[in-house]
Amino acid sequence: MEAVGGVLFSGIVLGGMYALVAMGLTLQYGVARIMNLAYGEFVVAAGFAALWLFTAAQVSPLLGLLLVMPAAFLLNLMIYRVLLLPLVRRARSPGALETDSILATFGLLFVVQGVLLAAFGGAYQNYSYLSVPIGLFGATVTANRLVALLFAAAIGTALWLWLARTRAGTAVRAVAVNPEAAQLVAIDVRRVAALAFAVGGAMVAAGGVLVSMFLTFNAAMGVVFTMKALVVVIMGGVGNLMGCLVAGLLLGLVETAVASWVDPGLTLAATYALFLFVLILRPAGLFGRPAR
Amino acid sequence: MTGFTIGRRAALAGAAACLAAPAIGRAQGTPAAVRIGYAISKTGPNAGGASITTIPNYELWVREVNEAGGLRLGDRRVRIEVVEYDDRSISEDAVRAVERLVNQDRVDFVLPPWGTALNLAVAPILNRAGYPQLAATAVTDRAPQLGQRWSNSFWLLGTGQDAGAGLAEVLGPAKQAGLIGDTVALVSVADGFGIELANGMRPALQRAGFRLTYDRSYPVGTQDMAPILAEAARGNPEVFVACSYPPDTLAITEQARVSGFNPKVFYTGVGTAFPLYKQRFGANVEGVMGVGGVDAASPRFQDYKRRHLAASGREPDRWASSIVFASLEMLQQAIERVGRIDRAAVIRELQTGSFDTVIGTVRLQNNLLTDTWVVGQWQDGEFYGVVPTRKQGARQPIVPKPAWRPT
Amino acid sequence: MSGTALALALAALLALGTVPLLDDGFWLALAINIAQYAVLATAWALFSGPTRYISLATAAFFGIGAYTVAVLGEALPWPLVLLAAGGIGVLVSLLVGLATLRLSGVYFVVFTFGLAELIRQLVTWFEVNVARSIGRYVFVDITQPQIYWQLLGLFGLLLVIGTWLSRSRLGFALRVIGEDEVVARHAGIDTARVKIALFALSALFLSLTGAVMAPRWTYIDPAIAFNMTTSFQVLIMALLGGAQSLLGPLLGVIPLVLLFEVLGANFPNHFSILLGAAFMLVVYAVPRGIVGLLARARRRAAA
Repeated sequence: MEAVGGVLFSGIVLGGMYALVAMGLTLQYGVARIMNLAYGEFVVAAGFAALWLFTAAQVSPLLGLLLVMPAAFLLNLMIYRVLLLPLVRRARSPGALETDSILATFGLLFVVQGVLLAAFGGAYQNYSYLSVPIGLFGATVTANRLVALLFAAAIGTALWLWLARTRAGTAVRAVAVNPEAAQLVAIDVRRVAALAFAVGGAMVAAGGVLVSMFLTFNAAMGVVFTMKALVVVIMGGVGNLMGCLVAGLLLGLVETAVASWVDPGLTLAATYALFLFVLILRPAGLFGRPAR
Repeated sequence: MTGFTIGRRAALAGAAACLAAPAIGRAQGTPAAVRIGYAISKTGPNAGGASITTIPNYELWVREVNEAGGLRLGDRRVRIEVVEYDDRSISEDAVRAVERLVNQDRVDFVLPPWGTALNLAVAPILNRAGYPQLAATAVTDRAPQLGQRWSNSFWLLGTGQDAGAGLAEVLGPAKQAGLIGDTVALVSVADGFGIELANGMRPALQRAGFRLTYDRSYPVGTQDMAPILAEAARGNPEVFVACSYPPDTLAITEQARVSGFNPKVFYTGVGTAFPLYKQRFGANVEGVMGVGGVDAASPRFQDYKRRHLAASGREPDRWASSIVFASLEMLQQAIERVGRIDRAAVIRELQTGSFDTVIGTVRLQNNLLTDTWVVGQWQDGEFYGVVPTRKQGARQPIVPKPAWRPT
Repeated sequence: MSGTALALALAALLALGTVPLLDDGFWLALAINIAQYAVLATAWALFSGPTRYISLATAAFFGIGAYTVAVLGEALPWPLVLLAAGGIGVLVSLLVGLATLRLSGVYFVVFTFGLAELIRQLVTWFEVNVARSIGRYVFVDITQPQIYWQLLGLFGLLLVIGTWLSRSRLGFALRVIGEDEVVARHAGIDTARVKIALFALSALFLSLTGAVMAPRWTYIDPAIAFNMTTSFQVLIMALLGGAQSLLGPLLGVIPLVLLFEVLGANFPNHFSILLGAAFMLVVYAVPRGIVGLLARARRRAAA
């Protein structure tokens, strides 16, 4: 039986990756109120960007972040302005916006996937970067997973500091908590929402670049990431960064523990059972405020 | 309101025309072209497999036939015209697309989809309509019954039982020679082929005197193999067998390498024979075994590899790719021997004839291709067939496998 | 729907029942596809329309039905198989209904998604570790026309039940819940019981559709039966048509199935991009569903 230390460590590495991939969605959904079904396609797109930079231009993925993140920020800002703002304008209720954004981003999902297919084909992709063993706490992981985790932690901390310490970040948090009240204190809710969506997009891209260092992916795999991110965000409580982190880590730990001590065949069943169980006990997620 | 109604009616008529369009304007009598249709997974979860193994071969074959002037029907050459659809990896879409190929487009021949599930989904339609189905990417233990049930269907990739028994054929003698011990750790992906392969492995390994120290499945899409490998490595098994799918095959190999897990035999499933595998692990592939294999030294394969690379920019995989291409050669030769579009006669020819293909001379038995490589091994940077040992080009297995090298 | 309208609709269904006599190839396949989504989307809207709870559990119930056929199809006579499929679907829906009482909004959406995945994982684990194989062969003597007629029958039944519901106390209670759940509770409506009853009714039809469709594919494994695409496609079709009225979902099903078909037939290599683009166009051009569009056209004609 695997030692507790090893399981904890592997679990945290895996859970950190889940949290990383979900961080962007919690901004996009929690603040901008856009239920982005095309989320995972952007994860994969960033992965392809990293792959291309690495193989064609010999740019390391970590350096690539400096290119991919700003590009994703601009792209997502444009998507919000051009595609989503009309929906926000015409929505009469939060429910209506939710329905519209599901429909629109479902279309966007196909467009992005189609573009990726046309550009890169459907085959599996993988590249080798920092693929050296590192032994810690009785478990062996590859350096790329560890580096991804550290970068995720750094990016996450930066995001948290931005939200907690800056004026713009405070506005974002205010909109997440209560858009109507935010408007009363002279916050331009739509601008803030656009900003949050774009920052969320940059986070997605960071997640995609980092996971591409150690996962095999292809153009059809986006939906896997969308679903994982949705589960993490909802379990943590919509719009709550801390909830996202805790939920991601919990899922990673449960998955690793079940794989080591129970049966690897039940890992996904266990994570979904945990998710459903949390929602039954806390209908608004771990850190969410009760709705209505 | 009137304008609206007319607009809508026109739109409906337009849509109906679009739906029915390919059926219109087909000449009778001797064909100006042989119409060949296929529905393949260009999107969805199957796209990864289809775009490596099936699509490049379909395209390569059609191009080569047409460059040669077309299929030879009697004393004329007739070009191939392709009708293709995307089945989105969904059974229902594959069923509908093949119905369309058969009943709307009235194509002369249908090439099969990728994978076991979709081949089974479209089999009843092709059977009812009397089209030959050369299933080159379906692995099912029921293949013998299926070939009987649908006499138009041909199952070319063998069964999980064959593959499992094949590995035992390598391991048994190695154990007797004292090269390896009797412990095996087995992991399998919880999906069709993974489970059939594992089911084939267990009894064959037990008969050969091995015992399982670990035997677990993991769900499709598992992203972290570290805990599974750690458990499997516990107790230092002499043999490690993973009945895995391409993403897991890469992840498992990677994890084994970095954690210094060095069993004497290391076997992984689908994906081991992909060029991507070698590209990813370089010299470390040496000695890794897997399902499939080719007679890489044969000039026919060398030539095929070169043409495949030139046409698609990628090398063929070393398992099903050449079988897919061989199935197309078989179809072509059967059609040309019959000399006209007579599907019943083509099916009869496929059942009884002997064909000269990229994988050698092929003769089907009870609609099955029984004589294929079931175990292969990376040796000197090429994935050679190892079992059946009597097959031409079979290499001696390297046991034990050299340890992973640091890169 | 009024009594006359219902009678007309049922007569139309009877007429549509002749499709297999005219063509048993492609057009029947297309008709089966439309009928399948018509039943699924209408059954989905039966619960999600009035309550405005968006469910992604369609794939769960559809899969339960299909899998029941895979397991029992060769062992029991067909009517009993259908009964078992519907029964298991209802049972699961009751359990889920009880568990989800406190959830609302997006939490309900993602819970139902998680449920579908959980069931799929458990079925997979059971098949691998207990049944020792995965993927089941469905060899039952059900012909394509029979599948089609069963789907038409289910749709007819749905129309009858839907019409009856809209006039019953239950239907009224549902509409009040959809407007404002708090008000409904204050008015003395047992909101929990109403919602669960509707959820179970909807699940019954979703499961039966899965069971009816299963013989079409010869081979069923958990990935085919519990395919999330089903949930999303049904949701999108119903929302596009209009989930608030009985025939609304149908108005979304027909154009979308045809759109998928036309794009798939003519642009196999750019299907994804065109589908996505067409989809977004529809969202922007038809903001209140096709029902809304028709209502506006009617108003304009009246003015």
